[in-house]
Amino acid sequence: MAEAASVAAECLAGCRARGARSVLGQVVLPGEELLLPEQEDAEGPGGAGERPLSLNAGARSRVRVICGPGLRRCGDRLLVTKCGRLRHKEPGGGGGGVYWVDSQQKRYVPVKGDHVIGIVTAKSGDIFKVDVGGSEPASLSYLSFEGATKRNRPNVQVGDLIYGQFVVANKDMEPEMVCIDSCGRANGMGVIGQDGLLFKVTLGLIRKLLAPDCEIIQEVGKLYPLEIVFGMNGRIWVKAKTIQQTLILANILEACEHMTSDQRKQIFSRLAES
Amino acid sequence: MEEEMHTDAKIRAETGAGSSPRGPGCSLRHFACEQNLLSRPDGSASFLQGDTSVLAGVYGPAEVKVSKEIFNKATLEVILRPKIGLPGVAEKSRERLIRNTCEAVVLGTLHPRTSITVVLQVVSDAGSLLACCLNAACMALVDAGVPMRALFCGVTCALDSDGTLVLDPTSKQEKEARAVLTFAVDNVERKLLMSSTKGLFSDAEGSAPSTNQSLPRSSSSAWLRPRRLRNTSSASTGNRCRGVTPRAETSWGRGPLPPPPPTHPLQPEANQRPSLASRSYGLM
Repeated sequence: MAEAASVAAECLAGCRARGARSVLGQVVLPGEELLLPEQEDAEGPGGAGERPLSLNAGARSRVRVICGPGLRRCGDRLLVTKCGRLRHKEPGGGGGGVYWVDSQQKRYVPVKGDHVIGIVTAKSGDIFKVDVGGSEPASLSYLSFEGATKRNRPNVQVGDLIYGQFVVANKDMEPEMVCIDSCGRANGMGVIGQDGLLFKVTLGLIRKLLAPDCEIIQEVGKLYPLEIVFGMNGRIWVKAKTIQQTLILANILEACEHMTSDQRKQIFSRLAES
Repeated sequence: MEEEMHTDAKIRAETGAGSSPRGPGCSLRHFACEQNLLSRPDGSASFLQGDTSVLAGVYGPAEVKVSKEIFNKATLEVILRPKIGLPGVAEKSRERLIRNTCEAVVLGTLHPRTSITVVLQVVSDAGSLLACCLNAACMALVDAGVPMRALFCGVTCALDSDGTLVLDPTSKQEKEARAVLTFAVDNVERKLLMSSTKGLFSDAEGSAPSTNQSLPRSSSSAWLRPRRLRNTSSASTGNRCRGVTPRAETSWGRGPLPPPPPTHPLQPEANQRPSLASRSYGLM
């Protein structure tokens, strides 16, 4: 409540830009402008009388800040374009780190380097058209599989599930995906096997499940032996020994978006007993 | 999916509004918004203003037919379905207004050759329909994660024969008014994005809203609870409305009809113009 009232008050105060550092972890709305830390110091209050005069007043140390999803550069400020919480990651080496907005979405937009699950929709000549849930189908060449040559074509039919990564994904060109990594090895990519169940969840849940310290996957793994593939486009493929177990796992993963960890533990313990 | 949004109880308590009937000019009906209530669209929202309720769904950025694609930005489509009957000319003109407003704020250049479709369904109409549609469309675009350069809100005003301004009029007030004006305002600099006017009003009356003195200022603040998006709108009403003492008021429910408002001396300008005009300004 207090957070909302303060956010409301800030918005009502007008288009005064806020410092990015002061808004970390809080909700930001489209249209807000954020000042980067170095500008904040220059424009902040109490600047005039207290700071010592620097000899080289013109040159400011420019730290390179990376602008992630939900933010755009607007002059020398950051413009927020999506609703969500502002996050920051400290840099490993030099530089100012990454700022991004954690927002929730159902529709996927292809990004280079993302691993996704696609469904083959058409075979035309040497190219497969793969539906990845974006605005247009991605293209996949038949030579982009491990060990594929012109004589030795991969066995891919319309309707198959493919796990691959994007090599070309920008707003101007048709997305292209491949099933090999830069060394030419499959590395888990390729045609996903028979059986199993493919279902769709929100993008935020996928990112949460793929976080390094996610307990959900560890707990699910202790329940039943299973095979699971996560696509960054919101698609999950899961396969267990029986159909019933597969359906239970699918329901758990869909529901754990809206459950607290206590509720989840209750459900897991109940399932482990039965 | 139970994600009912409530207006801020603290703000309600501060303004001290009970079930009193609406005073002249500066108060809105009770409004509420619920997001993410439909499972098929990428974003959805239901906006309620008094008894007027509109449901909005957004699909996008999605595939577009080659005949409709634009090479450097997204194609925005708005479909407005009335509660009863087939969509007619009035719906088409409202669709155009809403589409122009959305095009001004949505960053279409980030998704060229795609389509963003906003589908609006009128659930109940009790006055201020266009404003409610604008608000529902904005909330649904936010829920879908479409990149925008600002948020916008819609508000309808009715001018009655005495020159008193009533915000968020009911259907009865709209019928009895001599002019009904609808505006869309963005949240960054409170600039006017769209105006749609119908009726007889003078230039002075018509330009007052553009100075943002008598428009309610509404801001949306979104919480991200664990895996849930809750949205609340808090409204504080504009205060300088023709000499009425500053007060913020949110009305609850429909009380008895308000007493006839005190007449404010407003010299009718010589050039009163009847107008059925709609202008979209866009963001410059």
